[in-house]
Amino acid sequence: MFIDKFNKIGVCFLCVCILSVFSMSSVFAQEDSTINAGDTAWVLTSSALVLAMIVPGLALFYGGMVRSKNVLSTMMHSFISICIVSVVWVLWGYSLAFGPDVGGIVGGLDLVGLSGVGPEPAEGSTIPHMAFMVFQLMFAAITVALISGAIAERMKFSAFVLFATLWVTLIYAPLAHWVWGGGWLAGLGELDFAGGTVVHISSGVAALTCALVLGKRRGHGTDNMSPHNLPFTVIGAGLLWVGWFGFNAGSALAADGIAASAFVATQVAAAAGALAWLSVEWGYRGNPTILGAASGAVAGLVAITPAAGFVGPVSAILIGLGGGVVCYLGVFLKNKMGYDDALDVLGIHGIGGTWGALATGLFASVGGGTGLFFGNPGQVGIQAVGVGATWIFAGVGTYVILKIVDGVVGLRVSKEEEVIGLDLTQHSERAYG
Amino acid sequence: MKLIQAIIKPFKLDEVKEALIELGIQGMTVTEVKGFGRQKGHKETYRGTEYQIEFVPKIKIEIALADSRVNEALEAITRAAKTGSIGDGKIFVTELQSIIRIRTGETGEGAV
Repeated sequence: MFIDKFNKIGVCFLCVCILSVFSMSSVFAQEDSTINAGDTAWVLTSSALVLAMIVPGLALFYGGMVRSKNVLSTMMHSFISICIVSVVWVLWGYSLAFGPDVGGIVGGLDLVGLSGVGPEPAEGSTIPHMAFMVFQLMFAAITVALISGAIAERMKFSAFVLFATLWVTLIYAPLAHWVWGGGWLAGLGELDFAGGTVVHISSGVAALTCALVLGKRRGHGTDNMSPHNLPFTVIGAGLLWVGWFGFNAGSALAADGIAASAFVATQVAAAAGALAWLSVEWGYRGNPTILGAASGAVAGLVAITPAAGFVGPVSAILIGLGGGVVCYLGVFLKNKMGYDDALDVLGIHGIGGTWGALATGLFASVGGGTGLFFGNPGQVGIQAVGVGATWIFAGVGTYVILKIVDGVVGLRVSKEEEVIGLDLTQHSERAYG
Repeated sequence: MKLIQAIIKPFKLDEVKEALIELGIQGMTVTEVKGFGRQKGHKETYRGTEYQIEFVPKIKIEIALADSRVNEALEAITRAAKTGSIGDGKIFVTELQSIIRIRTGETGEGAV
């Protein structure tokens, strides 16, 4: 009797379940048939991974390298970059980058306020338009945060806020449009898988411009400005490495073979970059340092970024090794030239990104790209055009923005504030004790 | 009475402490200090940038002793703190006018 009753309830329950499954699937089918669950899950996960690259990743990486009186202000630069860019990107940044093409230079204003950007996929895509938008948002945020390494320990906080807002609008959005939004570099056939030009060259060159316009930190070359907490820097580099899988493999915009290929390329290039930097350092200076290992890994990651989805694993090792060596030279060059790019944004991102972009033209062999070593000598030239255009646009544009910011709020803190430290003078806080 | 101030390498603290305890010395004050002598600091390199670290971390040990015990204490510290390489440190000995044990009010050698 009891079992009978139980069975009846069970059958009814099953029927309801089956019916609801049918009705649910039909609802999904009506809404959008082209969304792929795996692709969407991967791109959303990747977006969160890229966020983790900025905070806590970059915040720790940079925070550990400054003096203890400036660690909070340095971490704040990464934090505020996310906050500013997130709002700007939704309101107008995304539209300027990915709106309908205007003369190959910039996106139109049709997508302002994310008008028309919804849960349904964009044409030819298997993920919600919203997912693509938020993935791109994280890229814009990290690019701005990267620049902060050059202005560390001396820029006014108000100046950085204004700079970040203007820079993401006037430099990043157009650059992203050129390469990924259907602009002129995309038309030319430039290969940039995950942002070698858009993210790394642009932030590196902007950083150089900032360092030149702001001038050196007080006491540069005479005071001890050694990193105050290298364990922070190593943890930060580790988080950057983890997050970079979202950055590079996520740029496949699908959970597919290209994503797996980019994932592997990313891993081996980071490892090779660290080994290369350490080797040069060990031979030249006599000691392999953990800061060198961390810097080399990031250099390898930067170098593989434009190439990640276009190269095989052995090419990725070569690109990573090259990244470690050229970035070591980039940092060496800074010490010779005497400008104060405090945390080596140009040396690592600018130089590493330039090497990576050109190397993509040499080593591309999979995922629709073909480079010099695989029978397409023209690709290197196209890559060089992309590199040159990015250097000029980011350099000149950043200079103009800095002049505007200087006129409105002033760029540098006073001498006294700089000596006391930015944590206390800009934020009324101290990190320790 | 004498006050001994010994500036030693930090990693030698345990050995010096053991050597002094073996002599039956009952107390000491230890401070982390920084300074330089003929060693003139050392260089550290971060991403290719060299920094002259002028003040090297050292340990300062202070002990108060009756005059009769000073020589053996100096010998023990010298023996325990010596590595033979540059930067081993220095020992300063000064006259000590008076000592007061706060709890009992004892003074002089009885308070050591």
